[in-house]
Amino acid sequence: MEIPEQIKKKLTLPAEEHFYAGHTACQGCGAALGLRYVLKAYGRKTIFAIPACCSTIIAGAWPYNTLGANLFQTAFETTGAVLGGIEAALKARGIKVKGEDGVMIVGWAGDGGTADIGLQALSGFLERGHDALYIMYDNEAYMNTGIQRSSSTPYGAWTTNTPGGKRHFLEKRHKKKVIDIVIAHEIPYAATASVAYPEDFIRKLKTAQKTPGPSFIQLFAPCPTGWRSPTDKSIEIARLAVQTAYFPLFEYKEGKYRINMPNPKKEPKPIEEFLKLQGRFKYMTKEDIQVLQEWVLREWEKLKKLAEVFG
Amino acid sequence: MEYKPIRKVVSGNYAAAYAALHARVQVVAAYPITPQTSIIEKIAEFIANGEADIQYVPVESEHSAMAACIGASAAGARAFTATSAQGLALMHEMLHWASGARLPIVMVDVNRAMAPPWSVWDDQTDSLAQRDTGWMQFYAENNQEVYDGVLMAFKVAETVNLPAMVVESAFILSHTYDVVEMIPQELVDEFLPPRKPLYDLADFEREPFSVGSLATPADYYEFRYKIQKAMEEAKKVIKEVGREFGERFGRDYSQMIETYRTDDADFVFMGMGSLMGTVKEAVDILRQEGYKVGAAKVRWFRPFPKEELYELAKNVDGIAVLDRNYSFGMEGILFTEAKGALYNTDAKPLMKNYIVGLGGRDFTVNDVRKIAENMKAVIEKGELDVEVDWYHLKR
Repeated sequence: MEIPEQIKKKLTLPAEEHFYAGHTACQGCGAALGLRYVLKAYGRKTIFAIPACCSTIIAGAWPYNTLGANLFQTAFETTGAVLGGIEAALKARGIKVKGEDGVMIVGWAGDGGTADIGLQALSGFLERGHDALYIMYDNEAYMNTGIQRSSSTPYGAWTTNTPGGKRHFLEKRHKKKVIDIVIAHEIPYAATASVAYPEDFIRKLKTAQKTPGPSFIQLFAPCPTGWRSPTDKSIEIARLAVQTAYFPLFEYKEGKYRINMPNPKKEPKPIEEFLKLQGRFKYMTKEDIQVLQEWVLREWEKLKKLAEVFG
Repeated sequence: MEYKPIRKVVSGNYAAAYAALHARVQVVAAYPITPQTSIIEKIAEFIANGEADIQYVPVESEHSAMAACIGASAAGARAFTATSAQGLALMHEMLHWASGARLPIVMVDVNRAMAPPWSVWDDQTDSLAQRDTGWMQFYAENNQEVYDGVLMAFKVAETVNLPAMVVESAFILSHTYDVVEMIPQELVDEFLPPRKPLYDLADFEREPFSVGSLATPADYYEFRYKIQKAMEEAKKVIKEVGREFGERFGRDYSQMIETYRTDDADFVFMGMGSLMGTVKEAVDILRQEGYKVGAAKVRWFRPFPKEELYELAKNVDGIAVLDRNYSFGMEGILFTEAKGALYNTDAKPLMKNYIVGLGGRDFTVNDVRKIAENMKAVIEKGELDVEVDWYHLKR
């Protein structure tokens, strides 16, 4: 449907849709929203590399493709390597990559495929300096295989292989800070983003498009199925993740940190507000919540310090 | 342009590197492993000297080497890599991906024994363990065949849209220098024109498309069948390309099994790769000693040349299959394949399996003579002593 010009002008997001109806994501899926925004930012001249993950399913079984872009679905641990290969081919063929008129090569992988099995290929991709964007959509567990913990699963979360039970067998480690590992590679651009803040996400996608070299975005993408949360609460949960500083929004560009919180002066809300909407945290004791709260605030202070010193 | 070969004294690995250069590969993604390293070093040198315009991706593992080649090939480029043994084993998953996505990547595998115990020497188990990945496999006898093999492999691969492996022996070829007749670039270009990809990720004119997506039980089966059809097509293409190569450059590769003095042979030695050079030498000597023997060198292991094997087997009393590899719990891999291929035919030569040269154990003309003596006795008796003979075993 054509959107009238006067309405288009008022929109804060690109009006174009390249993510087709009829995709097979669950209701309230953060990853599906994320893909939609990526396509809004980049359009048809995008090549996706997607490993084994929910997005394999979201994009559809053969011969369907819900993404209005060319898509190569690859093995779980290979996103970074495949991106490098695609970029090398385009360069060998003299095809322009990145920039306003170039091809965007986008890796789109979950936290398991990035923080765990794909970490080596991600590291190789980052250190070799390929002109492509790697997006880790973070739903904090292996959702496609049925909600098993990944190294991006937070402290205290229930998953099917950290089920709680009588012996309190919940996730006992804090979320791996993939973005810090990425930044340690001293790439030109890295950022966190959230599906609750699409304008910020799209601005970051545009920055990645303009910045030569490898870029990385860690996108917070709720999973109602795995988080045991109401399907209409995904955005609210994603917003609370930012407001509680559990998942702060920031950018790292050429050595400088910049925090992009919606209300920069506000103190973070208590972590309970983020936890209480999700069934996956219902087994946490008061002490567990305290442990997580302390971790969140400690990391938040660290980030503020980084922005202060290297801002 | 008249063909005048350029003669260079090169190692098997340099022969592979020159072939990749002359094939105008566009992307090379590779990881170092002994004894493959000098292939990728030489290619880096070509780039450094301005002799080649290649995108070189020095990846962090062989798994990523193959993944990067897959990305490159899916995005329309001619992609090349090389590996060996443990590295090939690490790539295994992605070999399936390359054939399943119908990408004509060419790789040189330097045959090396698998660890433990560590060994860097020749043994075919690494490549033969990749038998079921949907890759074509060409086994080179000498450095010339490494060079020719890479050029032909690209042509065959890009015709049938399947990846191909060119296999050479660790050290026996990879690090041994020999004269190789190379082909002037313009003539290679005529033989091997630029690649026309089956699909191209950088094609934005067509409807958006997806490769490698999920196929339900309603469709997966047909995808597999099409790979098999491509393998069958490859047999024809291999013979045509081999004949064309012979017409253009004087070395004919139209036989998937190269037969040597087999016409009136009582029995033949069958095997693959560099050990067949030794065997051919031994055949000449044995012939002078009164043995009516020949050699059958299996050049292409995949697709497997069943029909050519049948023609050979019809006319001999015995086949001594020499396997520089082993499938534990069974027997030498070529032996299984050859026996299996002949089972439903009326060709029933006596077949015996000799396990030779594992982990780089020397295999000489004298060894072939001993095998000939044993094989002759077996045939005269009309029955096998043992089916699988661990020939070198220290008893």
